[in-house]
Amino acid sequence: MTDIQYLAPHTLDEAVGAFAAAAGTARILAGGTDLLVQMRAGMVRPGLIVDIKKIAEMTSIEETADGGFVVGAAVSGAVLAEHPRFGKVWPGVLESINLIGSTQVQGRASAGGNLCNGSPAGDSVPAMMAADAIVTVQGPNGRRQMPVEAVPAGPGRINLAPAEILVSFTLPPRPPGSSDAYLRMIPRTEMDIAVVGCGVSLTLTNGVCTAARVGLGAVAPTVLLVEAAAKALIGSKLDTAAVDAAAAACSAACRPIDDKRGTIVYRTKVAGVLLKRTVGIAADRAGRA
Amino acid sequence: MAKLHVSTTINGEPTEFLCEANDSMLDVLRGPLGLTGSKEGCGSGDCGACSIMLDDRLVCSCLMLAAEAEDSDITTIEGMAVGEKLHPLQQKFLELAALQCGICTPGVLVASKALLERNLNPTETEVRYWLAGNLCRCTGYDKIVRAVLDTAAEMREAAQ
Amino acid sequence: MNETSNKWIGQNTIRPDGADKVTGRAAYGADTTMPGMIWGSVLRSPHPHARIRSIDTSKAEALPGVKAVITAKDIVEFPLDKSVVLGIQDMRWMCRNVMAREKALFHGHPVAAVAATTEAIAAEACKLIDVDYEVLPWVIEIEDAIKPGAPLLHDFIQFEGKPSNIAGTLEHKLGDIDAGFAQADVVIERSFTTRPVHQGYIETHACLVSVSADGKTTIWSSSQGQFMVRAMTSLLTGLPQSSIRAIPAEIGGGFGGKTIVYLEPLATVLSKKSGRPVKMVMSREEVMRATGPTSGSMSTVKIGATKDGKIVAAQGTYYLQAGAFPGSPIRGAAGCAFAPYDIPNVISRGFDVVSNRSKVAAYRAPGAPIGAYAVECVLDEIAEALKIDPLDLRIQNAAREGTKAAHGPVYPRIGLLETMEAARAHPHYKAPLGKFQGRGVASGFWFNAGGESSAQVNITEDGNVVVTTGHPDIGGSRAAIANIAAELLGIDYRRVSVLIGDTATVGYSNLTGGSRVLFASAIVVTESAEQVIGQLKARAAKVWGISADAVVWENGEARPSGDHTGNFPTMTLAEIAAKASETGGPIGAGVQLNTTGAEGGFSTHICDVEVDVELGIVSVLRYTSFQDVGRAVHPAYVEGQIQGGAAQGIGWALNEEYIYNKDGKVDNPGFLDYRMPVCSDLPMLDAVMIEIPNPKHPQGVRGVGEVPLVPVMAAVANAVHSALGKRFYSLPMSPPKVLEGLDEGTLQAAE
Repeated sequence: MTDIQYLAPHTLDEAVGAFAAAAGTARILAGGTDLLVQMRAGMVRPGLIVDIKKIAEMTSIEETADGGFVVGAAVSGAVLAEHPRFGKVWPGVLESINLIGSTQVQGRASAGGNLCNGSPAGDSVPAMMAADAIVTVQGPNGRRQMPVEAVPAGPGRINLAPAEILVSFTLPPRPPGSSDAYLRMIPRTEMDIAVVGCGVSLTLTNGVCTAARVGLGAVAPTVLLVEAAAKALIGSKLDTAAVDAAAAACSAACRPIDDKRGTIVYRTKVAGVLLKRTVGIAADRAGRA
Repeated sequence: MAKLHVSTTINGEPTEFLCEANDSMLDVLRGPLGLTGSKEGCGSGDCGACSIMLDDRLVCSCLMLAAEAEDSDITTIEGMAVGEKLHPLQQKFLELAALQCGICTPGVLVASKALLERNLNPTETEVRYWLAGNLCRCTGYDKIVRAVLDTAAEMREAAQ
Repeated sequence: MNETSNKWIGQNTIRPDGADKVTGRAAYGADTTMPGMIWGSVLRSPHPHARIRSIDTSKAEALPGVKAVITAKDIVEFPLDKSVVLGIQDMRWMCRNVMAREKALFHGHPVAAVAATTEAIAAEACKLIDVDYEVLPWVIEIEDAIKPGAPLLHDFIQFEGKPSNIAGTLEHKLGDIDAGFAQADVVIERSFTTRPVHQGYIETHACLVSVSADGKTTIWSSSQGQFMVRAMTSLLTGLPQSSIRAIPAEIGGGFGGKTIVYLEPLATVLSKKSGRPVKMVMSREEVMRATGPTSGSMSTVKIGATKDGKIVAAQGTYYLQAGAFPGSPIRGAAGCAFAPYDIPNVISRGFDVVSNRSKVAAYRAPGAPIGAYAVECVLDEIAEALKIDPLDLRIQNAAREGTKAAHGPVYPRIGLLETMEAARAHPHYKAPLGKFQGRGVASGFWFNAGGESSAQVNITEDGNVVVTTGHPDIGGSRAAIANIAAELLGIDYRRVSVLIGDTATVGYSNLTGGSRVLFASAIVVTESAEQVIGQLKARAAKVWGISADAVVWENGEARPSGDHTGNFPTMTLAEIAAKASETGGPIGAGVQLNTTGAEGGFSTHICDVEVDVELGIVSVLRYTSFQDVGRAVHPAYVEGQIQGGAAQGIGWALNEEYIYNKDGKVDNPGFLDYRMPVCSDLPMLDAVMIEIPNPKHPQGVRGVGEVPLVPVMAAVANAVHSALGKRFYSLPMSPPKVLEGLDEGTLQAAE
């Protein structure tokens, strides 16, 4: 007999209340694709599991009046992929979420879980950062918002206050000529954790890049927003020199480690390669002539 | 603490069971429910041998808490054939020798059925990526992919 | 060769066990329960190398729900000074591998086991066991283990008179190696390394054991040999074999890795102590940490050839990791490496090296792929140096009937040349290649095995057939046996039921291993069926009142012949069966034999790859295997063996490896980071079956299961070289390694 409790509240207030009452021993269950693995490995032993999938706001996708999106933190990759509009507006964000795990994992895993897992290699995080997504969190002291890049704190750690729950991602409306893309390097074609991941969002106006954001995963203790790479792209026609400079900025931003998935040298090199490829895809999607 | 009581539907049958909060759906299927067709190859969502349908979504039952099954509709490999009648995929796997040891087969079949329900005309590449979460160490996947493509073609023809 | 009707041999019939496997009904190792069953769990060493000073189990025993706790004291000890061999295993090592005795020799080595009413209590109890360890220096890699001053695993191992981690050597010699190299115009010598790889069966080890108060023991487990399970469990527990009934569950993959026991002896002792049936199931992590991968290796191969392409001398040195106990497959590496070629002067040496990793187990042609990888890569360089097509070089030097192999035999009729010629003539070999794409070829050999097998063929009262054999069916052997029995008896294959007997219901049968199952079981099934046919003819003769010699068996019927032709209506199998009781009783026959004549298997492969030169990723674009299969009794399952071998070899070549951390522990003990090929990694895998019947077998069968893996890593490596003009001498050719090897000069040349 275990002393673990399971709760599936229907409202956020209930969820936050239970989360707070558990005083640090609770874990949020969205898709469970990380939590169950961690529980089985004995890495976490929650006293309370709060299943948030019965809370409507956490599982809904809303297209806002201005053309942006609010995506519930527990929306699974498979559900997001079936949304008629989301993938057209944010193809890079969608492909990043759809790269998390297998078809089976897609049926469960969410961008919220991916972010809150705190892994520097989470696929959706660089794309969300590139997309300039804002997260909404709710805790005992109410709601607040912050940019995605403010969430990761280090491997396995995030900057949410005690008993705060990630509620949703807000993605801004897209000006004409905008698109995004995400690529990752893995040794196989599927089923691996990213060795390097790169998300790029950009806007082209008459062939000139007028806005760009670059997120880079698995090359530092947290996913990085690489402003120097974005700067190298903005104002350019995405010519070779500009893209090379952005790639160099990505490689320069890397502070990776040697581990079972890749080496420092490899990750640093590949970060630049992926930047170039990702910019190419995003630019084509944005209607580059 | 008392066990959790869960009411759900499994392979069309209203089903009730008791579980611990940290039991996986796979634990309950294989244990108290005696549905051992779903296999545990890894317990971490990497092999797909425990694949089931949860409310028409393909999932790994090892990555789902049994408690989450409340009010849901679950289908396992045991629910794939109707009485004596095998699903066309099951029949085709036999005809094309798309299994060797057979341990991955239940998961592969459940996943393949989920694919054909969404897309009855998949390309080889689509089949391969859809099934990337179902490890098979015996076949090299060749005959599995052929069996899925052949079944799809036959089902398309039958639907016309 | 029996050609009675040739109706079923060569047909892709539906396998007898198929329906259960596609509906989830087939019962594998972990799929059974017994009333009163409790759960076993293993406490494993947290250190890669440590002396066990003492173990205190009292707190675990006191935990409510715990029914038994065992340590090495409860397992039969085999003293170190006297070898007791069972098959390929030595019981001295087995008794210490299933439960650490004096020392824990790898991280994950079992040190105690618990049986309790739930899995959770058993796991909790393991944590309450106090083990006093004296942590010792450890060594993981071969090069470190053979250095002077390396930490030594076993005091009793000596090499060249000194304490060592080199536990054994083996040498094959032919001709005069120095004279051979003296004749050579080109000599190439290269060194290679390969990493340990796991068999990767999807079913983890599992068993359920019940020992009753009188010692009668039932073992339900997934293994490659129920008789091996019985014998090992008997030796390790002291129970007589006659008290043990080992029932083979369906087996969820083995590839050699289940030719050994881990859990069965522990569960047996736990069941005996607790008086309850005990179930044990390994987690994937336990499988990766504590069950046999195959060896990593360091090898050097030197080959000399004349300028017109005749290979005149070959020398190979192979160091293989054995893991914690002696017994790496040096015989496969050193014995198979040069076996495809007619080379007059050969020295091939193997060194068995122990280190603080889990004990290796057999893996599909154990050792042979390691040997072939080095030899076939050097052959490629010889071909390049001599500007000869690599297949032409192999064809020119191919072994054939009458060739004396360095490992001993003079070959009878073999089909190696046919595999090479088929490869050269195949459209694949001429297909165009694009930028950064390359093509490689390689050949390989595996011994194949015969050995003990038993079969029983019984005619049921309603005139159908039940065939019982004694080898776990790992990939369709029951289907092939049904084809053979149906063929011989002249009846529809669906009237033949093929079962795998347990140790109490069928005669002794050796392991499913060595590609021996169909070869050996076909022989005993054929002889049994022939005896049954003799009985059927005699019964018909009795009914007709004529001599049995005057009866022939054709198309499932007895027919009077000679002077009696046409005198009586034919009698079908069913009609004879219906009269069995009044003509002499039950009809059936069993045959138990030590089979011989399993001639070796040969294979030649073509592989195309493409390299993403910015990321270092190698993708296999096309793969074709050409294999002498003897006789494809069930072609689809023969193809399946060939395709599966190719897939495993591609994994070994590109991404699979054990990664150890700085603490001497496996850092990737799961399917996430132990990267076996997934469906989207592979193309269709073409199998070209060439049938050169084995003259020593009634149906012409040769073993087909293992040789498909032998050439693969070399074929992939040669293809990568062809794509890049750069050769990698160590496996796996993983992206970081490939990218590191690519400099500007290489890339420009490759373009």
